[in-house]
Amino acid sequence: MKILVPVKRVVDYNVKVRVKSDGTGVETANVKMSMNPFDEIAVEEAVRLKEKGAATEIVAVSVGPAAAAEQIRTALAMGADRGILVEHDGTVEPLAVAKILKALVAKESPQIVLMGKQAIDDDMNATGQMLAALMGWGQGTFASKVELADGGVKVTREVDGGLETVALNLPAIVTVDLRLNEPRYASLPNIMKARKKPIETVKPGDLGVDATPRLTVLKVEEPPKRQAGVKVGSVQELVQKLRNEAKVI
Amino acid sequence: MTRSTAADDLILGLTRVVDLPGLTAAAGAPLGADDIAAVIGEADRFCTEVLAPGWQSADREAAHYANGRVTVPAQYHATMKAWIESGWQGVAAPEAHGGQGLPHAIWTAVNELASAADMAFFLGPILTAGAIDCLDRFGTEDQKARWLPKLVTGEWPGTMNLTEPQAGSDLGAIRTRAEPLGNGRYAIHGQKIYITWGEHETTDNILHLILARLPDAPAGSRGISLFAAQRILDDGTPNALRCGGIEKKMGIHASPTCVMLFEGAEAEMVGEPGRGLNAMFAMMNAARLAVGVQGVGQGARALQLAEAYAEQRVQGGRPIAQHPDVARMLNEMRAITLAGRLLALEAAAALDRHHLLHDEAAATRLALLIPIVKSWCSDRGVDVASLGIQVHGGMGFVEDTGAAQVLRDARIAPIYEGTNGIQAIDLLVRKVAKDDGAAMRALLAEVAATPGLAAAASRLQDATATMLALQARDADAAQSLAVPYLEACGWTLGGWMLVRAAAAAPDRAPLAAFYLARLLPRATARCLEIEAAHAGMASVTAPAAA
Ligand SMILES: Cc1cc2nc3c(=O)[nH]c(=O)nc-3n(C[C@H](O)[C@H](O)[C@H](O)COP(=O)(O)OP(=O)(O)OC[C@H]3O[C@@H](n4cnc5c(N)ncnc54)[C@H](O)[C@@H]3O)c2cc1C
Repeated sequence: MKILVPVKRVVDYNVKVRVKSDGTGVETANVKMSMNPFDEIAVEEAVRLKEKGAATEIVAVSVGPAAAAEQIRTALAMGADRGILVEHDGTVEPLAVAKILKALVAKESPQIVLMGKQAIDDDMNATGQMLAALMGWGQGTFASKVELADGGVKVTREVDGGLETVALNLPAIVTVDLRLNEPRYASLPNIMKARKKPIETVKPGDLGVDATPRLTVLKVEEPPKRQAGVKVGSVQELVQKLRNEAKVI
Repeated sequence: MTRSTAADDLILGLTRVVDLPGLTAAAGAPLGADDIAAVIGEADRFCTEVLAPGWQSADREAAHYANGRVTVPAQYHATMKAWIESGWQGVAAPEAHGGQGLPHAIWTAVNELASAADMAFFLGPILTAGAIDCLDRFGTEDQKARWLPKLVTGEWPGTMNLTEPQAGSDLGAIRTRAEPLGNGRYAIHGQKIYITWGEHETTDNILHLILARLPDAPAGSRGISLFAAQRILDDGTPNALRCGGIEKKMGIHASPTCVMLFEGAEAEMVGEPGRGLNAMFAMMNAARLAVGVQGVGQGARALQLAEAYAEQRVQGGRPIAQHPDVARMLNEMRAITLAGRLLALEAAAALDRHHLLHDEAAATRLALLIPIVKSWCSDRGVDVASLGIQVHGGMGFVEDTGAAQVLRDARIAPIYEGTNGIQAIDLLVRKVAKDDGAAMRALLAEVAATPGLAAAASRLQDATATMLALQARDADAAQSLAVPYLEACGWTLGGWMLVRAAAAAPDRAPLAAFYLARLLPRATARCLEIEAAHAGMASVTAPAAA
């Protein structure tokens, strides 16, 4: 069974994100970039499935600038077998990524596309769902447990009310949540082996996809600074303030 | 000034300042800029996410000794396991025994990142790396086959048992004895002190390397041989050696510093009889380089803490980082740390050029750089750690911030692996005077050709001539100026590295300019000290006028 794992190059989660002074976006020059943490969890899960003998090949895909090859290398060092870089500079919207992935799925015929539920840069939480719709495949989103059984996949989902388990026929889309697993650190021998694993580079156009954004960003700004709070002496005072000052009750 | 992380700077240094891609390509095992970035990036992740978080709690918990047993902080059992699984111990170890055989410059970078993350823990792996190096060069094929695979994974750490109560800087005074057992093996009797990670229970076994004397050995350094003893013998029984206690120290509290008692411990000789000190000297370059790098790592940790604190602490209506004097301290910390980092990489690359390309000129350059890197970088690590405390104000003196721990931990580096005073004498007598200054003059000619450094290089050329003249006339007087001379070399070469970094990456230019204007004068001050002291000595020792 082949698994396709998309990995996105994003600003590292430790970096304090700053808005560019001209308000056109966030600063990414000279900023540490890493693999989207949710995608790391997807890679880890795929590698575990391979280690259990359930999967035979893991293909890591990234849509992004040439430097996104670094994130593919990380996936290869964790245990993926080969990579595909769909090279594109500038913003790619979830729908464009979903279309690109659809074209790659057609070429690669994976049984599962295992991906992060969202990317920490824009928190869209859309690509997996869009891909499922484009493919007409079942989707198990926000997975905290993934089990292969009876020719299908059982996905335990984290939903507001608790846990929900869905059974999907293969092929399927699974998007993963934080509690699914704890990704491994690539060991040095595996980092060195990853150097020899192949990465194929294509352009969105080669896959017949026009990746031009459909949305226009007007302005990006910092969220307003939080105001200092006040301490209230009693419940009565709190009710008072909520009614007369905040006017919310 | 643009902020960069230690890992960014290490990648820049390796790829574009000391040109590791070019060096490895010439050696037939090319390591591209991408490969270097991938390896250093992953090492950085391991160090910041696995090693660094427990650094303070390990310091508080510390190593303890009770009823003959050494305990290290409980978390170190998991840390050691993660370290072994990660494979980083094998970075530069021979491929034939499970290592990756990467250049020493890569190990040097890993060493900085790991020392910054948790120096007390990482002393163990550094000593293991030394033991690997030693066995690879001097062990028999049989010894290598039995021991190296365990050491290269880190499953068996290695230790270095040199120092004895009466034999510190003077290892010729070693008394530990090795009695032949008749079966090619030896029984070791004696006491060693200050043995780093000499005993602990985080691994199944430990391989001790020990300097000792054969019964018929001549006195002094020529009578010393090198031995290796397992803590647990092959049949599973403990060897006749034990820890007699550990030291209460100023810093690196989590690293057990052990008194080791050898009570007839079964051992094998490594290398030739009477050649023990030579074997030690052969790995000394790598070991001393590693200690200089610890200084850089501590400086980097101090800087990271100080930058974060100075951004959020507000006084006088603005973050303290914006007050000119605090900005000055942060810039000094940045400039010194980057200079030391790159100087260490320069030395490591010379080591690689010698090993991989058999370049003898590189060996001469390395010999000259080692005492400078060991001393200058470790002393600057202490300075930068102290500045880090100053940036924090009162909170720096309070243990919670970690700034105080950095200074406590950094303070050992100028002492062990040959004190910095001994390094300065080594530089003057064994390195500079040995070829009458030729290697130093060649190095300074390169420095002089670097923009902005002609005057500094020429001043240091003059100081070198003065030191050589003094050394020929009055060796004791020259030794009394050896440390200022080494410092002048360090401050000058630090400038050389920063100018080269700025040429490779223009965003480092402001830091280089800051260094040349505000720190390079410290080299001048040391040269002036040498000239003034020399003039004073001349007047004292000059014959009275007839
Ligand atoms: C925490 C810690 C860990 C250590 N780990 C190890 C280890 O793992 N293995 C090991 O074998 N050893 C280890 N050591 C020992 C260390 O290497 C020695 O402490 C060091 O070499 C200095 O020896 P000493 O302490 O006897 O000082 P001394 O030799 O007594 O030196 C005291 C002072 O005199 C100066 N001095 C001495 N001789 C001369 C000279 N000829 N010319 C000029 N100045 C001189 C020194 O520079 C120093 O300033 C460790 C020490 C410490 C504190």
